[in-house]
Amino acid sequence: MKVLVTVKRVTDPDMKIEVKADGSGIELSSMNFKVNPFDEIAVEEAVRLVEANGGEVVAISIGPAEAETEIKTALAMGAARGILVLAGEGLDSDAVARLLVRLVEQESPDLVIMGKQAVDLDDNQVAQLLAEYLGWGQACFACRVELAGGRARVEREVDGGIEVVEMDLPGVISADLRLNEPRYPTYAQIMKARQKEIKRVTPEDLGVDVSPKVVVRGFAPPPRRRGGRFVADVAELVRALRDEAKVV
Amino acid sequence: MSNVCLVVEHQGGQLRKNTLNALTFGRQAAAHLGGELHLLVIGRGAADLADQLGAYGAARLWLVEDPALENYTAEPWSLAAAEAARAAGAALVGMASGSTGKDLMPRVAVKLGAGLASDVTGFDGRCFTRPMWAGSVLARVEVLTEIKAVTIQPTAFAAAEPTGGATPVERLSLSLPPARTRFVELQATESQRPDLTEARVVISGGRGLEGRENFRLLEDLADLLGGAVGATRAAVDAGWMPNDLQVGQTGKIVAPELYLAVGLSGSTQHKAGMKNSQVIVAINKDEEAPIFEIADFGLVADLFQALPALTEALRKELASA
Repeated sequence: MKVLVTVKRVTDPDMKIEVKADGSGIELSSMNFKVNPFDEIAVEEAVRLVEANGGEVVAISIGPAEAETEIKTALAMGAARGILVLAGEGLDSDAVARLLVRLVEQESPDLVIMGKQAVDLDDNQVAQLLAEYLGWGQACFACRVELAGGRARVEREVDGGIEVVEMDLPGVISADLRLNEPRYPTYAQIMKARQKEIKRVTPEDLGVDVSPKVVVRGFAPPPRRRGGRFVADVAELVRALRDEAKVV
Repeated sequence: MSNVCLVVEHQGGQLRKNTLNALTFGRQAAAHLGGELHLLVIGRGAADLADQLGAYGAARLWLVEDPALENYTAEPWSLAAAEAARAAGAALVGMASGSTGKDLMPRVAVKLGAGLASDVTGFDGRCFTRPMWAGSVLARVEVLTEIKAVTIQPTAFAAAEPTGGATPVERLSLSLPPARTRFVELQATESQRPDLTEARVVISGGRGLEGRENFRLLEDLADLLGGAVGATRAAVDAGWMPNDLQVGQTGKIVAPELYLAVGLSGSTQHKAGMKNSQVIVAINKDEEAPIFEIADFGLVADLFQALPALTEALRKELASA
């Protein structure tokens, strides 16, 4: 079977994000980047499925030339080859989905798996948009995937608990946190990944106009909370809640 | 074309409260656009909800009832939503940003050729504000398409009050093609406590609780105050609490009157889910814990002493009041 996965290059979620004074963007000097954590989970799931069923995982990244690093992480985890779509800033989720449509048409996978959201822009849209463009089913926020007889049985994390759905293949799955724990590639796997192919293409090569439907007009820091204070003991806390905050 | 069409979220014949928060956004947006607010109910038993919704001053209530729509699934629901949005002459179509809204709205957006802004917290008539980078950044985004789609962050809007009156109801009949993803079952988390996103008081625990059994300390206090219990990602990953109680960037976003953060350090990702709570209290034995940066009242103490003591003190307080 063939599984397509996406690996987005994102700012390190453990680093503090500051908005530039002029609101035009975020401070990127001395920023670290890594694979979107949800995409790493998607890669892990894809590699496990292919280990069990045979086939290959193709890792796709849409971004700057440096995103080759993120593809290499996927290759070290077990993806067979990579595709880097060189794209500048300002692509919205819809443009990303339209690029993926073309790659799906070229690759004819049985399954596309990606993280449910990227931890930078937090859109949580691409998997759903892609499924709709393709006319495929979607199973989003997956915490468990089982394949049998041309279908996927997927458990999804929803507001009220766990929802179980059955999806025809080919289909699109978005990975939630608890789908799996991604492996740490060994040094040997990292070295071996250097031999694997990464194809570079542009949106023009794919015949896609990436004009956005949604554009960012500015960034601002969130409103600051008024400062708080430490209380000495439970008694003082109760008085504060009762008399100052008036919540009890 | 300047109307707003909101997809109503409902469960078991009842409105979900987040719909009332989304309704406030809908009213504001309709005012900005100079149009009317329309509401859409999809699913079986839609007619009962129509009675509940009629008093909220919407110009029209659209109903799409079909056995195939009884349990939410993205494909037929998105077809219904897109058809209703067209019938309603909607310039803006949206839904509260829960797991249903996030799953559904992108497909609706594609059907309408609309750009979709996620988790919007405001609208000035042209641009939406929405959080990015786990709420570390507030972005202003413009949707350039003729029809705009949104998911609406319920905690950013007060729940709408009924305005009285009645809303005319219109039914849509659709032919629904077979879906490629089908609902099998919902393994619902059973709880007597209020819904985490609707509770007036939320008490959350993290790694400091050290195990499932110790969450009983939070549950005792929650029950005293009529609140809900939440958990950090660490506590859910460890299997101490179920996934639908996770508060954070990729879990639930809550903004209760009182949020009590117990034995949790306060990562950026957790703060994203609760930093707009009205009053925040933190109990942690580490005075450097980042949660204290946003707490109104911080108590540096061992939670295993402080929490039972707090529960007792509040029990006396409430008894004497």
